[in-house]
Amino acid sequence: MSKQRWFSTSWSDTGLHPGIIVVAVFLIAYPWFTSDFFTFQIGAYSLILATIALSLMMLAGYGGMISLAQLTAAGLAGYTVAILGENSVGVMGLGWPWWLTVIIAISFAAIFSSFVGAISVRTEGIYTIMITLAIAVAFFFFVRQNYVIFNGFTGFAGVEPPTLFGIYWRNPTPFYYLTLVIAALSLAAVFYISRSTFGLTLQAIRDNPRRMRSLGFNVPFHRIFAYFLSGIIAGTAGVLLVWFNGRISPGSIGVDVVIDILVIAVVGGLRHPIGPFLGAIAFVLLENFAIDLIDRERFNTVIGLAFLLIVLFSPDGMLGLWHRLRNKFRTARENRMAMNGVNQIDPHSQESFDNP
Amino acid sequence: MRRFIEQHTFWSIVILLFAVILLWLIFAVWPQWLIEIFGRKKTFVNTLLNGLTLGGLYFLVASGFTLIFGLMRNVNLAHGSMYLLGAYIGYEVADTTGSWFLGLAIAFVVVALSGMLMQTLVFRRMEGDDIRQTLVTIAISIIVADLMLAIWTGTTYQFTPPDWLFGAAQLPVVSTIRSSGDAVYIKYPIYRLAVFFAAVAVGAALWLFLNRTKIGMMIRAGVNDRDMLSASGVNVQLVFVLVFGIGAGLAGFAGVVGGTALSISPGEDVRYLLASLIVVIVGGLGSVPGAAIGALLIGLAEQFGLAYFPTYGVVVTFLIMVIVLAVRPQGLMGSSWSRQ
Repeated sequence: MSKQRWFSTSWSDTGLHPGIIVVAVFLIAYPWFTSDFFTFQIGAYSLILATIALSLMMLAGYGGMISLAQLTAAGLAGYTVAILGENSVGVMGLGWPWWLTVIIAISFAAIFSSFVGAISVRTEGIYTIMITLAIAVAFFFFVRQNYVIFNGFTGFAGVEPPTLFGIYWRNPTPFYYLTLVIAALSLAAVFYISRSTFGLTLQAIRDNPRRMRSLGFNVPFHRIFAYFLSGIIAGTAGVLLVWFNGRISPGSIGVDVVIDILVIAVVGGLRHPIGPFLGAIAFVLLENFAIDLIDRERFNTVIGLAFLLIVLFSPDGMLGLWHRLRNKFRTARENRMAMNGVNQIDPHSQESFDNP
Repeated sequence: MRRFIEQHTFWSIVILLFAVILLWLIFAVWPQWLIEIFGRKKTFVNTLLNGLTLGGLYFLVASGFTLIFGLMRNVNLAHGSMYLLGAYIGYEVADTTGSWFLGLAIAFVVVALSGMLMQTLVFRRMEGDDIRQTLVTIAISIIVADLMLAIWTGTTYQFTPPDWLFGAAQLPVVSTIRSSGDAVYIKYPIYRLAVFFAAVAVGAALWLFLNRTKIGMMIRAGVNDRDMLSASGVNVQLVFVLVFGIGAGLAGFAGVVGGTALSISPGEDVRYLLASLIVVIVGGLGSVPGAAIGALLIGLAEQFGLAYFPTYGVVVTFLIMVIVLAVRPQGLMGSSWSRQ
């Protein structure tokens, strides 16, 4: 108990678990002991996907709104970078300075996300899924048909991050640290938001919109603002994604990728911001190494089956699975302790009986 | 009808005016100034007919989707996959037996059975949990799409309809008058006209089924109040399985019909899923007449968008959805189900 109090900070009520420090040290040291492939294709890629899924988790977990248009917001940011910045295709590529491009890209994503929110805000639950899915698919078809701005089917290639402080940021190790910092900041932001007044109001709206409305809260505004914030996160990740791939085309924002993001968030767990990160790591590992287990062509079947099993048997995702296992072990241990008579002596273990 | 005219005199006049203008546009020989604005008459009439046909096809797909939702509150996002599955199965059967109609029938039955299987094995286990059900349908659509890709590969398939549905019919619509004084009539593929009439027939059959039979009455009662229906001694699960079967079967049926009118290839599932989504969002979830209106609107919008501003065709469809959502979130014919 006292150990936890040492690490607790003002904005956290659970305290900083020693496990978090171990994970942080591991993540920082990660590029030192792995190959470039693991740093870039596994590490950085998982972190980018996780950040996009995090923006979905924020909406779904705290706002109860499952938006499938988060990847579309990220894709819009990516396209903006390719259009306003430089690309090697010869269409658009206005060559604006990178910092301006990035700011505009992220604001576009945030505005787009707010727009999605404004459209779907008056509806709830499954209706939101349908509308956001329709928006995502419509944007995909639009981008594929529009050659003037979005260069249609081919999309853009040769999109590069800037060379800054003498470092080429697309090298595996610098890029990994860049994504790590962005992901950590987004995670911290989501944590902070979830405990702020705004976040608490949002969660209350999720649980009972009608009561919040009669208490005088502006329900649509809170929801749209949540979309705006998640759009910022998604847009930032979208910029990283286009730098990571170096290219963007309608295929990067297609329905299968939209669904992948949903799979990552749901498989990881929608209740806690760490969920999308677990989901993304599992997804990327499976994507890269499923080739050893089965035919690479059938990757989608594996992903679909994993998704199906998680939804069927553990609606809270991997996190829910972990909590259930931990509780089972804990109850078993405490049962043993109770039989040995330890429980009466140590009142702390009694607590766990009340909230399993 | 008469009550509607008395209550909404203004709108009746507007609708009548539109109908007259439309009829004039179709049957009159266009004067020169109109051709300068809209282009040739042939394009206009063909686009109109294409829109109607596509609307009919969309209705076939979306009516099953909306029927399933109306009763079970289950958004079946695997509906597009069922469309494609029906198309492939119909193709295989028609290819081996040589009978297009047998393909149509077997596609309907097989897809209906697969829908019933899904309802009994999966959805019954998580009743009342709509979000989870929706996620499950997404998972199923991923798996089915991938397996279909494995079996039928990425090739594009083309059906041949029976001979008497093949070819073009001359419509009693004059497109232009030649300088020699001969009238040029507009020709249109018979098969596409048949698609439209099939959609009308299916719509009428659904209406009769829902409004004039005992099972239809149970289904409508279930849409309004599921618990009350089961309390009055109806085996609701059986009704659910039946409706899921009909809804899925209609998707398979539409797969064969649409696969013949256009073509079958991977990715069509997403296209028709999007169409169904927008159609039912516009028309109102759970309402079959709403699906008909939405399908016509979207079909026409898509074809006119394609003909008159090709790049932004999708945007027109999308704008219709946004406007409807802004004005009437529950859809044109939808009841305010979110309050239930």
